[in-house]
Amino acid sequence: MSSLVPPPTDEDNPQARTGTAALSIRGLAKRFGEKIAVDGVSLEVPPGSFYGLVGPNGAGKTTTLSMATGLLRPDFGQALVHGVDVWVQPLQAKKLMGILPDGVRLFDRLTGEQLVTYAGLLRGMDRETVVQRTGDLLRALDLTNDAGTLVVDYSAGMTKKIALASALIHAPKLLVLDEPFESVDPVSAANIRDILTGYVQSGGSVIVSSHVMDLVQRMCDHVAVIAAGTVLAAGTVDEVRGDATLEDRFVELVGGRNTSEGLTWLRTS
Amino acid sequence: MVAHLLRLKILLLRNSLGRSTGQLIGVILGGLYGLGVLGLIVVGLVLLGSQDPELIRTVLVIGGSATVLGWIVIPIAAAGIDMTLDPARFVTFAIPRHELLAGLVLGGLVGIPGIVTLIAALTQVLTWMRYPAAALAALVCALVAVLLCVVASRLVTTAVSSLTGSRRFKDINGIVAFIPLIFLGPIIGGVTAGFQGSPGFARSLADVLAWTPLGALWAVPADVAMGDPGAALLRFLIGAATLVLFLVLWSRTLAHALVTPPYNAVAKRAGGNLGWFGRFPATPAGAVAARALTYWLRDPRYSASLVVIPFVAVLLYFSGGASGTAFAFLGPLTAFLLAWSISADISYDNTAFSLHLSTGVRGLDDRLGRAAALLVFSLPITLVFTVVPLLITGRPEDLPVMLGLALGLLLTGAGLSSLVSARYTYNVPLPGESAFKTPPGTNFTMFTVQFIGWIVMVLLALPELVLTIVYFVTGDALFGWLTLLVGLVLGAVLLVAGIRVGGRWYDSRAPELLLAVSANR
Repeated sequence: MSSLVPPPTDEDNPQARTGTAALSIRGLAKRFGEKIAVDGVSLEVPPGSFYGLVGPNGAGKTTTLSMATGLLRPDFGQALVHGVDVWVQPLQAKKLMGILPDGVRLFDRLTGEQLVTYAGLLRGMDRETVVQRTGDLLRALDLTNDAGTLVVDYSAGMTKKIALASALIHAPKLLVLDEPFESVDPVSAANIRDILTGYVQSGGSVIVSSHVMDLVQRMCDHVAVIAAGTVLAAGTVDEVRGDATLEDRFVELVGGRNTSEGLTWLRTS
Repeated sequence: MVAHLLRLKILLLRNSLGRSTGQLIGVILGGLYGLGVLGLIVVGLVLLGSQDPELIRTVLVIGGSATVLGWIVIPIAAAGIDMTLDPARFVTFAIPRHELLAGLVLGGLVGIPGIVTLIAALTQVLTWMRYPAAALAALVCALVAVLLCVVASRLVTTAVSSLTGSRRFKDINGIVAFIPLIFLGPIIGGVTAGFQGSPGFARSLADVLAWTPLGALWAVPADVAMGDPGAALLRFLIGAATLVLFLVLWSRTLAHALVTPPYNAVAKRAGGNLGWFGRFPATPAGAVAARALTYWLRDPRYSASLVVIPFVAVLLYFSGGASGTAFAFLGPLTAFLLAWSISADISYDNTAFSLHLSTGVRGLDDRLGRAAALLVFSLPITLVFTVVPLLITGRPEDLPVMLGLALGLLLTGAGLSSLVSARYTYNVPLPGESAFKTPPGTNFTMFTVQFIGWIVMVLLALPELVLTIVYFVTGDALFGWLTLLVGLVLGAVLLVAGIRVGGRWYDSRAPELLLAVSANR
């Protein structure tokens, strides 16, 4: 096979890796009024990886993931899921993705069971598969006893779990989870971790955002540190953290630790 | 501490103005409206001063009683219309209770309703200028009465706030509260008729009210003016005692509410019942329809408009009399209202709409599902509401024209709504909020969209409308049948067109829609 144009190299053109990356984010940027929320973020999530996205509050994690999943139109940049451009072929790209957005409402006047069923049917799945998988998911997430309760009456952790179930129902190739462990109890969190680990082992890819460093260090094989809308470091967890713990490395990268005495009056003795 | 609370309220009010220009315009318009009403009241009260004391008394007592009643009833109906100084938010601050009470009362006066009430009540003094003693009494009574308004309103809010913590109560209240509002028109009509029917009616009403806590304080100046100090003292005691009683009760309920956070008792229920999801086809459009229909029945913001419909029938029946033409037009009117009701569907979804976006629903399926859910119940309602009134009023020969007009409006409106909701969003009550609660400052966009939408709807349905008029002018049955034909065919064409074009708009703008609705939180 010959071509007039010389083949692109990996360094100056990430296109060469398109076929392999589960999620490829290229130069995504978004401005809200005066504030630049995301300022040219590029990430490569290899297939079969468990990718952590960490950053302080307001770093642009949610904005980046929203743009990568087709929920928020970027001002610049591209996002490709297994080579499918999210903003050029949105319907095809969304078939490959399971999305757990953060900070959005659910159709909470449905029962938990109805909500997961709804997500499945919206994806065009047939009724038998939806019913069977809904049952499995509710069992796995320990929600069977509340399946008929309205989601509006769920606790915060249960709401998170039912939203996760809605993201898993169509067995996507890539999972994009924004803060999946927030307000989830430790037992459920361990169950979710097992589900996700099994999913990755079977060839799926996961990208999670979190600000629990410890969790990311234990769970993920790749990590990106993002602050003020830009990527500060990205790579395998071991590459990024070096000799230190991820938390120390994170603080070192992001800065902002107060080392002075501070709040002396708060000490009781 | 009282000053702190007051400053907090003013700060909250000021910051809420700064959030967006649209909101600011809304508040300015609301303020101008309030100012206009206030101006009319002040001028009216001053002019009233030249009348004889008996008439002044009647007007002031009835108007004053209505004001107190309003302060008590409106917070219940609106389920927390102004909870910026919600006592629950001060739980952790350990504020002495009497200071909290004082701060909350004064805070309740800050804001358009409080200021309007205060100024209007004080204008009473000008009304009684011809009687110096009465004017002095009016000054004292006005202040006590305004305090009574605020305290009564706060008492009610605090008392129901433990109830409003439960979602079920909120849901039911949101719907039930609509019913008196619907009958407000007939009630006012009845009272007006009473006034016109017998001149003594108003006076006897005022006489009764003057001995109740609602009206007692407003009658005191008149008693002074007419030289009856005994009655004046007694009535003032009634008013003051009510104020003290309400204060004590409020203080008690507040103390109780502060240590009893609202608890929402929820029974666990196992699954197995998919509801409408089991009955609609297992396609994306079918699922959207099932979801929308579930919401029509389960979300008070939707079901409130369903509850209203039978009352529209009752109202039209009574307002036009049994032979009235108004009742005969029940079908077309209902069709129009129902069809327009999905024009803000995505605004009502709020950010839950992101599920449609993340699952990659095609615009066509989204539009189709929502329109189908509407038609599933509106079609039978429209048919019944068209046929039954005509049979009752004994005009079966008008069936074709009325069916044509009603179905034409329903289908055209459903098509237009499918188009409008894919393009325009405005702030509507959030999921879980009362159907009454319209976020301030959004009215401008809302009215623009609705007003233009209605004009477009009339234009689109012009063929049916013209044929209907021609039918009634000529009385030729042919035009009746023509209306039916045009209504069905044109309506169906416009419905399909609306769903298709709306679907295309949705496909190209869905992320922008999500961004627009997420601004309302």
